[in-house]
Amino acid sequence: MTIHLVSMSFFQLDFEKPVLELDRKIESLESLLSRRSADANRPAAANGLLATLNPTVEVPPFAADQAESLDLDESDGAALTDPAAIRARIASLRAEREAKLAQVYTSLSPWNTVRVARVPKRPQTRDYIDMMCKDFCELHGDRRYGDDPAMVVGFARIGSIKVLVVGHHKGRTTQEKIACHFGCAHPEGYRKALAKMKLAEKFGLPIVTFVDTPGAYPGLGAEARGQAEAIAVNLREMSRLRTPIVSIVIGEGGSGGALGIAVADRVAMLEHAWYSVISPEGCAAILWKTANEQTNSAAADALKLTARDNLKLKIIDELIPEPLGGAHRDPKKTAAAIERWVLDRLHELKGINPATLPQQRYERFRRLGSFTEAVA
Amino acid sequence: MTQAATRTWTELKPQRKASVPEGLWLRCPGCGQMIYRKQMEANLHVCPECQHHFRIGATERVRQLADPGSFEAMFTGLTPTDPLKFRDLKSYKDRLLAEQIKSGASDAAVAGTCFVKGRAAMLCVLDLSFMMGSMGSVVGETVTRSIEAATQRSLPLIIVSGSGGARMQESGLSLMQMAKTSAALGRHDDAGGLFISVLTDPTTGGVTASFAMLGDVIVAEPKALIGFAGPRVIQQTIRQELPEGFQRSEYLLKAGMVDRVAARAELRSELARVIDYAGK
Repeated sequence: MTIHLVSMSFFQLDFEKPVLELDRKIESLESLLSRRSADANRPAAANGLLATLNPTVEVPPFAADQAESLDLDESDGAALTDPAAIRARIASLRAEREAKLAQVYTSLSPWNTVRVARVPKRPQTRDYIDMMCKDFCELHGDRRYGDDPAMVVGFARIGSIKVLVVGHHKGRTTQEKIACHFGCAHPEGYRKALAKMKLAEKFGLPIVTFVDTPGAYPGLGAEARGQAEAIAVNLREMSRLRTPIVSIVIGEGGSGGALGIAVADRVAMLEHAWYSVISPEGCAAILWKTANEQTNSAAADALKLTARDNLKLKIIDELIPEPLGGAHRDPKKTAAAIERWVLDRLHELKGINPATLPQQRYERFRRLGSFTEAVA
Repeated sequence: MTQAATRTWTELKPQRKASVPEGLWLRCPGCGQMIYRKQMEANLHVCPECQHHFRIGATERVRQLADPGSFEAMFTGLTPTDPLKFRDLKSYKDRLLAEQIKSGASDAAVAGTCFVKGRAAMLCVLDLSFMMGSMGSVVGETVTRSIEAATQRSLPLIIVSGSGGARMQESGLSLMQMAKTSAALGRHDDAGGLFISVLTDPTTGGVTASFAMLGDVIVAEPKALIGFAGPRVIQQTIRQELPEGFQRSEYLLKAGMVDRVAARAELRSELARVIDYAGK
């Protein structure tokens, strides 16, 4: 497993370039339009008054040659004097942009999906908690070693349902990202999650987990404190919790670190999330002997890590569509879609006797795998 | 000296490579001594000079642990498929075929019932010689069925792990084997069953992070590499040298992660004793 701890503040997706160029054009035209209408709305008298009151202030007349400084091409420049034409041009550019964005996002390669899942602006667990939950009551610490900020746990209300929320958190500011190890939890994070999940079981609260991690943290302290044991125990204990569990992979579903909070009755993935046994870079480094743009892309293809592939393999039960251009372009709409899914599933699971849930959960995972068997 | 200087590396290398695996004598990686292969093999594949534990395959492990003639293999019909049509530099299909021809086994796990010093037990052994003992669907299924059989028949369960982790070529399905095996152990535990996990060199990744660390009693062979992340990955992350002995059995014993470190020669008695104490 390879973890990429690169700060990505100047993050840009190259495949979005045509869309971003259109964005820039639209923006320029809009600012032009607003200036043009400001000019038009300003009464001539006021202009005159301003000039007489303060003769040093020059009121610049609107000039078509401003187009040069506005990053527009010639065809746009020609129509610049007429506001109606500018508006029409903006409308057609907007339509073109939507079409381009749709085209780019409906044909994302697996590797580009991974890159979308890692966009720094993509909503994270705490964002979804803010958008979906009321009265969040965070619970800290594993009572053994410490409090891992890469794992967020607490009581909350979603709709009218009281739940326990568990999720990986990557961090939004640089400082927070470093404290959260970019979403790579330590053993104390997994142990905190389990301790609180047992509380949820005791109090009859369903559990909602948000999965978003490149993988569990691979470091000295994590190994010394039993990273493998912490994850293993979570897998075993989650499988027998007598309370409904639903999980959503919201960004990265990196290996055991992701599964450590995803042994659920129902599992969904956001459309542009990824979920796999290893990151494409880790896989490329081992099987292709080198990780670069080309091998990462090949590994991402081979790993079948997209939501659609995982759905086909029955590893997840549902795919939650994202707004056009990814969750980060409309976090609220994404949160609403997740909320609807969570409420629907919890409603459905409420009808099942909690004592029989572990059996059904067991069967869900028991079926997974692909092999043939010769009759002996 | 002059003679040595005239010899080139190309002359030297192949000779050395060929003489190590096939020769009557071999150099122990533990102590650097030349040891007589037959003597090492008769000593349970342990160096008679320094007690270095050589890696062994599943067949040899079963031979060492089970009472002679008592092992009855189960689930032998399981064969891997290539659900993802996985292809790296080589296709998974070709890799599987090459490994199957080389080893004569269909995948990396062997399971069955046996007696250990007269005590009936369910034994499952991962085979390092098959794709580094990695866990795909067949290994996961074999382990899960072994656990279920042990639960049903009220047998003590022994799993000997030696594995590089989850098998990349089955991606998400390999990952799910971690949940599947761990969940089966939850049920075995609910039923009051005993599970002894034996960790051998190396046990890492998804195998450690699932059934291997869930033993009621965990016994590790001396100096085995045991961990979640591999040493190279950790080194890349922290960008400094790892401490001496890090992630080795003795270190894990001190860190409180395993119950016992037992030499291969003691393993049978260790297992029998734990089975007796658990009253199974």
